[in-house]
Amino acid sequence: MEKIIKGKVFVLGDDIDTDQIIPAQYLVYSLEDPVERKKYGELALSGVPAEESGLPQGHIPLVEEGQQESQYAIVLGGKNFGCGSSREHAPAAMEIAGVKAVIAPSYARIFYRNAVDGGFLVPVESFDRLVESFTTGEEIELNLEEGFVRKLATGEQFPVRDLGEVGAIVEAGGIFAYARKVGKIGEAANA
Amino acid sequence: MGMTITEKILAKHAGRDQVKAGENVWVNVDVLMTHDVCGPPTIAIFKKQFGKDAKVWDKEKLVIIPDHYIFTKDFHANRNVDLLREFAAEQKLPHFYDVGTSRYKGVCHVALPEEGWTRPGEVLFGTDSHTCTAGAFGQFATGIGNTDAAFILGTGELWVKVPETMRFVIDGKIPSCVMAKDIILNIIGDIGVDGASYRTMEFAGTAVEAMTMEDRMTLCNMVIEAGGKNGVIAADATTEAYVRQRTDKPYTIYHNDPDATFHSEYHYKAEELHPMIARPQSPDNKSRITEVLDVPLDRAYIGSCTGGKFSDFWAAAQLFKDHPVGVDTFVVPATTEIARQLDEVKMEGRTLVEIFKDAGVQIGDASCAACLGGPADTFGRLNADEVCISTTNRNFPGRMGSKESRVYLASPYTVAASAITGKITDPREYLD
Repeated sequence: MEKIIKGKVFVLGDDIDTDQIIPAQYLVYSLEDPVERKKYGELALSGVPAEESGLPQGHIPLVEEGQQESQYAIVLGGKNFGCGSSREHAPAAMEIAGVKAVIAPSYARIFYRNAVDGGFLVPVESFDRLVESFTTGEEIELNLEEGFVRKLATGEQFPVRDLGEVGAIVEAGGIFAYARKVGKIGEAANA
Repeated sequence: MGMTITEKILAKHAGRDQVKAGENVWVNVDVLMTHDVCGPPTIAIFKKQFGKDAKVWDKEKLVIIPDHYIFTKDFHANRNVDLLREFAAEQKLPHFYDVGTSRYKGVCHVALPEEGWTRPGEVLFGTDSHTCTAGAFGQFATGIGNTDAAFILGTGELWVKVPETMRFVIDGKIPSCVMAKDIILNIIGDIGVDGASYRTMEFAGTAVEAMTMEDRMTLCNMVIEAGGKNGVIAADATTEAYVRQRTDKPYTIYHNDPDATFHSEYHYKAEELHPMIARPQSPDNKSRITEVLDVPLDRAYIGSCTGGKFSDFWAAAQLFKDHPVGVDTFVVPATTEIARQLDEVKMEGRTLVEIFKDAGVQIGDASCAACLGGPADTFGRLNADEVCISTTNRNFPGRMGSKESRVYLASPYTVAASAITGKITDPREYLD
């Protein structure tokens, strides 16, 4: 796990649900097949209504049309990020698009758990709702060692919460790596 | 110190005398359920992590119920069902409800109880957020992702954080026009789509005790729409009668200790409840029906794990038996068993299928169908900027298909009344 993530921020509102993160019609694609897998990157956050995509101006897609990867490394959302279905394709799609972390004041629990246990991206909780404090495209630094997110241009910074007891799973890279580390399961049979 | 029902179930499955809300524990899993959307990626992770020749931890405890994208020509969707079929054959799985066979069931959350897979006191995980439906049987049931499911496939265990419990006590006699769907929409509207995040929602009170299992399932089904981890209703004689008709397996009934600690307690008087609507685009956008009358509609939809059970169709038929529909109306029984009942059970001399056909309603095959949009050729899918009233569970942007569509969530009574007039209508206009 990277402790310091720098890159452009992509800003969204409250209650971004899993149908907005990856619309259900696309869940038919394989996450294993290398060609089909890329579609998840192209389609990540494609269900967000245009005017709410890339705040405050809106009408900005996470991934430009014709591209497979996003120029944004960090997604910053409002409360209850990832609500809705249990589809693990949601954090997976964001990871495939190139997103390394999400910052939000609160998460829906299945999305949070999937992000952590699958080792897709780091779900970081901010103390305050930061949606109005950031503009899509700003260069930021998320520092998990010292617990803050900072605007590179101005140096303005906001505290984020420690990962707490799931930190060990995030650091290991997911539930399987963690379970092997603590001796809960054996080494992968064909790893 | 006293424990809640959920704490007791998790303690038992963690091999402990006592657990407390907030603790992380490893629990033994009684049943793991998966379906056609999340099964294939779960199997892929299982093989990657445990080896290509690995065997599932317990064939008797794995239930595979394809239900999401079944009646479609979509190549990739059909391939996913093939992948389940291959895995079931390879592992010799006894509990695979395969498409195109007499075993095919339809919507997993309704099929699980029908087939005796929901039992008081057990721990059930499923790769679907509405797995919480099974809490109606006094068990711990919640949705998980593919990675967690793959972990269970190999080990039979999973870590969980023990949730705090919010109690919702509903006492009294529910008015005849009010359905369980109205009650849960009202509660979600009161606490918000994240009002129960990470917590258990327990339903109790004389009104809940008087409910059928199907109505209790409707309450627990939508706890995820308030962010809840699980819903639970203490098992009683109604639960036992339902379960005993379907399985001989032993089960354990748990009750809250008198000194159990709760996060909060909400009280509702059943007599004061009304038909409710969740307006677009969130399940907590609640209105009383009287506040949204006459909104013009393009279609109506009755189906899903939330509103596609036999009693939901019986309710709709009470209105459709005397009135044709005024807008395109789609009915999708959750399971093949319900489809059979619609074809056999009569109301005033006609079967429900006959009543629906005579009223101009279109009937689809048992599956999740348009509740979550699905492939473009899905029965009932909203493919444009249509406005729909639906008995389903979510109305986030694009949930039932097109991002331009708008969905109002309501009870089967309200959806049927609105289907007749083509605009949002108070079911009391048609009910005694």
